[in-house]
Amino acid sequence: MNSVLQISKLRKRFDDFVAVDNVSIKVEEGSFFSILGPSGCGKTTLLRMIAGFLEPSSGSIVIRDTDMAGIAPNRRPVNLVFQNLALFPMMNVAENIAFGLKRQKQSKTEIARKVDSILERVGLTGYGEKEVSQLSGGQRQRVAIARSLVLDPSILLLDEPLGALDLKLREQMKIELKKLQAEIGTTFIYITHDQSEALVMSDRVAVMNKGRFEQIDSPRNLYSKASTAFVAGFVGENNLLSVQNVGSAGDLTVRTEMGLEFTATAVDDVNGSAHLYIRPEAIIINPDETLMDLNRFEITVRNILFDGANSKILATLGKSSQELAIALPQNKQFSHITPGDILSAGVHPIDCCCYPDSAGGRA
Amino acid sequence: MKKRNLGFFIFITPVLLWLVLLIVVPHIQLLLMSLQGENDYGDVIWTLSNYTNFFSEKIYWLTFVRTAGYAVTVTFLTFLVTFPVAFFVVKVAPKKMSGFMMILLLLPFWVSELVRVYGWMILLRESGVLNHFLLMLGIVDQPIEMLYNDITMIMGLVYTSMLFMVVPLISSLEGMDDSLIEAACDLGASKFTILRKIVIPYAAPGITSGSIVVFMLVLGNYLTPNLLGGKNSLWFTEQIYNEFIASFNWNQGAAFGFLLLFLSSMIIWLGLKITGQKLGRTLS
Repeated sequence: MNSVLQISKLRKRFDDFVAVDNVSIKVEEGSFFSILGPSGCGKTTLLRMIAGFLEPSSGSIVIRDTDMAGIAPNRRPVNLVFQNLALFPMMNVAENIAFGLKRQKQSKTEIARKVDSILERVGLTGYGEKEVSQLSGGQRQRVAIARSLVLDPSILLLDEPLGALDLKLREQMKIELKKLQAEIGTTFIYITHDQSEALVMSDRVAVMNKGRFEQIDSPRNLYSKASTAFVAGFVGENNLLSVQNVGSAGDLTVRTEMGLEFTATAVDDVNGSAHLYIRPEAIIINPDETLMDLNRFEITVRNILFDGANSKILATLGKSSQELAIALPQNKQFSHITPGDILSAGVHPIDCCCYPDSAGGRA
Repeated sequence: MKKRNLGFFIFITPVLLWLVLLIVVPHIQLLLMSLQGENDYGDVIWTLSNYTNFFSEKIYWLTFVRTAGYAVTVTFLTFLVTFPVAFFVVKVAPKKMSGFMMILLLLPFWVSELVRVYGWMILLRESGVLNHFLLMLGIVDQPIEMLYNDITMIMGLVYTSMLFMVVPLISSLEGMDDSLIEAACDLGASKFTILRKIVIPYAAPGITSGSIVVFMLVLGNYLTPNLLGGKNSLWFTEQIYNEFIASFNWNQGAAFGFLLLFLSSMIIWLGLKITGQKLGRTLS
């Protein structure tokens, strides 16, 4: 497949602060690509460089085989959906959407036809004459996306556009955006700090931290095969234990501060102190005695966090203060568990991912 | 409910007193006066002659047309001068600097208009600072009289009105999110289009209220046209002054005052109609 966007060795410095540091990516035509990272990681800076609002300090941005260096934002084949949407308050919905088309000097009938068809596409047929202030949050969202999409850009950039919506609407818009992208086939580059948005919608996700990409992968791989400690901690929920490596190179054995030993899987070379990550759903409550190779330990239930299918036990490891979150399946099998109970638990070595301490850790 | 009514009256009373005693009552008095005149025997009678005089005597209404025309020009020039300043202070200058710049803009207006106009006179008069330098540099060999012409008068009026335009412009531009400009640019608009389609429409309420204030102040200004324009200034307020003070014809002066009020309100109404602005939206 052709790559619609190719970024190589991109860097941006502000005075003495490097916001984007040596970033390279290739984004395939028609894919939904997310850049996920905590606030201040440089993802918005990166997006603004693609849109053309910032000049890179070094490196190149190539869109459809054209180098974008020195090309102003109003001449780039990309459009940006702003975080606060930036709809023009002095225009109605149709005028907002027609704004870009008018700049391209298209004929009136052509503009009217395109506006109608894009409004239909985003499910706002008949809203053309409404004022922006009359719309709900979700509808504004769709107008902002329609305003950019109507120009048929090579890439649509989205800067955390769901941030201002309430939770229910956000869940709904996630699915709508994904559907919309699949229907029209435009390449989306989506910036977010919300890992669930990135995981649900994207074909590929780049996890960004401190101006660098930690990992670029499919959502499934990010979750199950995190290549760095940061990704393991940032994507999805995870339990972090500080451990020391006490085993030999071939079979990794790590010891927690309270002396409990785990057989673990090393993702990177682990020497000395390390971070051990265990997913909440990887911990088995009351494991069967016959299961082999299981890391077994005792937990003390401190709290039960009921949240439907996402219910969890908040427990401590043995009698220590080391907290663990454990997924609690709602199949009535564990409904007898109450705070204070001491349970046996186990986890497979393959689910114990160990990362070297020096890799940056949790931001 | 009753208590809230009481509080409402406590707050509204000073405003009502001020409006009724200082504005409405004197105006009623003036209105009555403007409709009165003396017949050949010296008796006071009701008449419209004070108003018909305005239209029958060419000098009166020509002075008004001239004054109104210059007031519109001054308003427009003031907008042209202050809009870039306001835009720079709000959007271009660093945030820390904009407060300081506001103070710089306000500072000259702490001095009374009279003093500032005299300042201009010291600069521009025949034996003034500017002429002194021009002579010294050998650009001219005779001092030029730069006062008492229309251009100097208009410049002086623009200068005295700037503050009343720049403040509403700044406050309306401050509310504008930078991302609107960026979004317009992203959608392919040139700088000029952004200014025409986004920035000016956004600032329209500020522009309208600034323009109304400046227009009214310029139209009703007496000091600046008189001092900088001299005898040739032919400003309508001078006509009113002359009727009251020189001719002692209070009835005629009152009629001119009302004509000024009425005609200037008409011009503003017309201006709002043409630009499609609403007074209520401007003031809110």
